[in-house]
Amino acid sequence: MLIMDGAAMDRALTRIAHEIAERNEESRDVALIGVQRGGVLLAERLAAILQRIWTHPVLIGSLDVGMHRDDLDRRAVPHMHPTVIPFDVAGKTVILVDDVLFSGRTTRAAMDALNDFGRPRRIQLAVLIDRGHRELPIKADFVGKNVPTASTERIEVRFREDEGEDEVRLQKN
Amino acid sequence: MVWNHKHLLDIESLSAEDILTVLDTAKAFKAVGERAIKKVPALRGKTVVNLFVEPSTRTRISFELAAQRLTADIINFTAEASSLKKGETLKDTARNLEALNVDIIVMRHSASGAPHFLSRFLHASVINAGDGAHEHPTQALLDLFTIREKKGKIEGLNVTILGDILYSRVARSNIWALTKLGAKVTLCGPSTLVPRVFEQMGCTVTYKVDEAIAQADILNLLRIQHERQRKTMFPSLSEYTSQFGLTKARLALTKPDALIMHPGPVNRGVEIDSEIADSKRSLILDQVTNGLAVRMAALFLVSGGQGPQGVAAGSS
Repeated sequence: MLIMDGAAMDRALTRIAHEIAERNEESRDVALIGVQRGGVLLAERLAAILQRIWTHPVLIGSLDVGMHRDDLDRRAVPHMHPTVIPFDVAGKTVILVDDVLFSGRTTRAAMDALNDFGRPRRIQLAVLIDRGHRELPIKADFVGKNVPTASTERIEVRFREDEGEDEVRLQKN
Repeated sequence: MVWNHKHLLDIESLSAEDILTVLDTAKAFKAVGERAIKKVPALRGKTVVNLFVEPSTRTRISFELAAQRLTADIINFTAEASSLKKGETLKDTARNLEALNVDIIVMRHSASGAPHFLSRFLHASVINAGDGAHEHPTQALLDLFTIREKKGKIEGLNVTILGDILYSRVARSNIWALTKLGAKVTLCGPSTLVPRVFEQMGCTVTYKVDEAIAQADILNLLRIQHERQRKTMFPSLSEYTSQFGLTKARLALTKPDALIMHPGPVNRGVEIDSEIADSKRSLILDQVTNGLAVRMAALFLVSGGQGPQGVAAGSS
């Protein structure tokens, strides 16, 4: 089932960018860090919109949480992508960007991983889809769309960078 | 792309994709080593045993540090200070270690196939850290990592491996790995140590050392292993140096961008001129640095569970 097409994704990202700008007046202290892999593409798009709003460049990085997950022996080993944080996170407002918020374990791993790079002033969380079923006390600050799901269903996020078209689908099992 | 090996026993049984998975994973771990905090919790709560039945310093230390950087606990077990000296069989030793609930056994043994033997009855993962003259998979993987890092590719490169091939597990693992990824491998050295039969592995054997050196993009010099050889393989070390050593005169024959590798420990003045070993063309210390990252990747990958890859975005 189609939940979001390309136009809807663009609108959601534009709205999230404006919410980020509204919440963070000290725009030069903001850094976007995408969680590999979908979050990285989203962070790049958010950064592009924010640069137009703020009219200055926005710091951007990427984070692979594979080394910080707590379930390595319960699933196939993840494919590693680079972690690139080309700035000092100390004192920054870091906005973690991910495509889907589900159990919250990826976000917890991302916060742990981020800690190894320094002590951000604060961390905020932006996600394209919040599908519920949290297993940890974690809540997103910016949400593209809330999607009630059964825990057995799957959310598939596709990007034009990968497979032709932006879209989010809910797959029933 | 999906890694599904419980053990890392040899290169021969890996696919090209498997090898690239290790190299990509190692790249992520190398970046960890360059941070202020060089430790990640990936193997928190896991126990690794270094079971070294044959002496080794650099490989053992590399695995030890790799395990520590992954937050695993590691214990070292060497043959000299163990019940193996009292006549305990290898199988019993390994079973006793497993009774302590270890998760990964890293094994060095003088007998070819010893890690494969352990893997058949242990629940723990086994990583081969060198078995006899058979294979030394993590050495080949770190060599490929280093080549890819410096040259940007492996396919199509001319790699000359020079020296003691016959007794070298490093050579065998490198030949498998390089040919799987499309490099052209040439072996060279004294005919007693470089038999033609190696051509069955998909490489070229030559005894024309100047040609082998001149065509190389990568020159991998292997150590003359005094401890494994019979005395009759070549007349003397100085004879070897004059015939096959990388001297300054031979260095002049190389391509200007050819790079030099050596798995260590180096016999300075035998396989390689001392100044060349320390020159900018030498990757010897890069290999050591990259070895740590590759071993972190190996420990990490064999610890992965079964089941579908962490595929879709929604599954996270």
